[in-house]
Amino acid sequence: MSLPPDVATTQRLLAEGGYVADRALATTIHLALRMGRPIFLEGEPGTGKTEIAKVLAAELPRRLVRLQCYDGMDLASAAYEWNHARQLMAIRLAEAAGEAEDRATMERGIYDRRFLQARPLLQALEGEPAVLLIDELDRADEPFEAFLLEILADFQITIPELGTVKAATPPVVVITSNRTREVHDAIRRRCLYHWVDYPDAARERAILRIRAPQVGERLSAQVVAFVQAVRQADTFKPPGVAETIDWAGALAALDARELEPALVDETLGALLKYQDDIAKIRGAEAARLVAEAKRAAA
Amino acid sequence: MIAPKPALLLPAHPGGAALAANLVGFGRLLRRAGVPLGPAEILAGAAALEAIEIGDRFQVKAALRATMIHRHEHFLLFDHAFSLFWRDPEAAKHAAAMALMDGMKEQKKPPPAARRMAEAMQGERPIPPRPPEQPPEERVDMTFTVSERERLQNMDFEAMSAAELAAAKREIRKLVLPLDARPTRRFRADPRGPVTDLRATIRDALRSGGEILDIAHRRRVVRPPPLVALCDISGSMARYAQILVHFLHAVANDRERVHTFLFGTRLTNVTRQLRHRDAEVAFERVAHAVPDWSGGTRIGESLEGFNRLWARRVLGQGAVVLLITDGLDREGARGLAEATDRLRKSCRRLIWLNPLLRYAGFQPKSQGIRAMLPHVDEFRPVHNLASLRDLVSVLSDPRAGRMGIAA
Repeated sequence: MSLPPDVATTQRLLAEGGYVADRALATTIHLALRMGRPIFLEGEPGTGKTEIAKVLAAELPRRLVRLQCYDGMDLASAAYEWNHARQLMAIRLAEAAGEAEDRATMERGIYDRRFLQARPLLQALEGEPAVLLIDELDRADEPFEAFLLEILADFQITIPELGTVKAATPPVVVITSNRTREVHDAIRRRCLYHWVDYPDAARERAILRIRAPQVGERLSAQVVAFVQAVRQADTFKPPGVAETIDWAGALAALDARELEPALVDETLGALLKYQDDIAKIRGAEAARLVAEAKRAAA
Repeated sequence: MIAPKPALLLPAHPGGAALAANLVGFGRLLRRAGVPLGPAEILAGAAALEAIEIGDRFQVKAALRATMIHRHEHFLLFDHAFSLFWRDPEAAKHAAAMALMDGMKEQKKPPPAARRMAEAMQGERPIPPRPPEQPPEERVDMTFTVSERERLQNMDFEAMSAAELAAAKREIRKLVLPLDARPTRRFRADPRGPVTDLRATIRDALRSGGEILDIAHRRRVVRPPPLVALCDISGSMARYAQILVHFLHAVANDRERVHTFLFGTRLTNVTRQLRHRDAEVAFERVAHAVPDWSGGTRIGESLEGFNRLWARRVLGQGAVVLLITDGLDREGARGLAEATDRLRKSCRRLIWLNPLLRYAGFQPKSQGIRAMLPHVDEFRPVHNLASLRDLVSVLSDPRAGRMGIAA
């Protein structure tokens, strides 16, 4: 399938995949597809950054190649690795067969594509067109970012022993960051930047309708109003959309039809993940927020 | 907001000359407002405009923002500039509009106190001496001209004269944090390393026709953990803050991953400002960024703000936190214990540096100190060069750190 021709189509495409995107995000994605630039998505945890890549892969449709970043990730686990055992074997076999030719021939034999194990970055450049998701780049360290620059700018990887591997069709690259560390300007400059914010009430209700269809309309409206109010309170970690979906699901599983202070206290662990925050909201504050949410949702 | 007249300012293609000129003008406006921006961003913006429906104001805005802005912090500036410029591109070329954009920068202008502090910190100008309570040993020590440096080591910063302060600052420049290295997951080639490097071994073997003559080795790379300094610059700390900011500047320029925050009544991140090599330029910038030099203290609130806005961004990867304050809180220690505890739980090691500890009979009586004390890993004096030296050796101790937190 070809790329969507305009922003509205892009937005519809995302909606068909079950992702409710605002227009700014749809425009950014549309541009990334048209201009062939990576997308850099930054935002609080649980705002649906990773989901964008998954939906894009499902709808375009393309295969999804995912690279989960971690501290100290190196080339061997991110891009490629030589299969040393098989290389050694090949050397021995060549010797045994008496084919100990000149060095150049031997080198070609040893550094053959057969002996190269592709890891996510290389996988994304070879074969069928892909969506490359580089997830939580802030967890990786700076040396890895520097390595990424070549891939992001030219969609190619240079392997010293083999040469340069260039993608026939550039992958759609989605980079996400939770901002546990500032990602370097050099990466930002090569990407289209979008800050994924918490959704407003209307969009959050739309998300719930798709992601938690078992939750009644009335409960869902109250849940959204409550969560929106909690985000305004001074919590250590405001709840993300993922938590809203979890919590609504939890309430529906308990056959709740609407919010009650006692019920909220019991299920708060699905929404807030720090004891300080739970202690702050539970009890009187929760009762007040429930009353407010009911008024707002009515 | 007045709807734009697309035909007027964004002529249909291919007559894009006016569009290009407008885009360049818009770029200039953004730069003027303090957004770092180069030709690459302008070109990307122009390319983006060709990929969207140019009559749709919303799409134009989103497209330009995605291509020209790389940081969430700059969104607000962009939004202002966009509505200003796209309402009437001609107006933006007028001085009035430019002045308005400049005005947005001007708001950050520091109060006179900060300027004074900046001047004071520039060093050349003598800092007003404090004649009444010069400690007696200073007069006695004048005879020991041989060990002028030695005397300086144990002298309280607060008791120093301008010249002595300058000397102390020179000494601080020489303090180097040795690498309190922690292992990373990376390796580098090392002939005496403990791990074999098969890739290099095979590469070497080819040189000798496939015969493995030598086994290459590699070693784990070690690097110092991030250092985060939270320094109190309220009135009671003024003298020490001056010296300690010097120390922090020296550290920030000596190693990577140092983040510095100053707080009095509110928290300011001065990491970027302090990174300037030239100390005087760095302090000038710090003084411009900080609105509350030598004012009151709201330690609890400042720490809470740090926990909420910055902890997750700078305390990753096993950071060591230096909390520099005398613990004298204007707000009667409200929320201080909780905030300190939260801070300790988010870092590898929390070191509290308190100049009040210089008094031999120091008793933690103040509410603020009593609230914070149970929650820090270490409590140290910091009032003279000797104590700074001790701090350096403590920071370099590889065994340091609590169990259970990722190192």
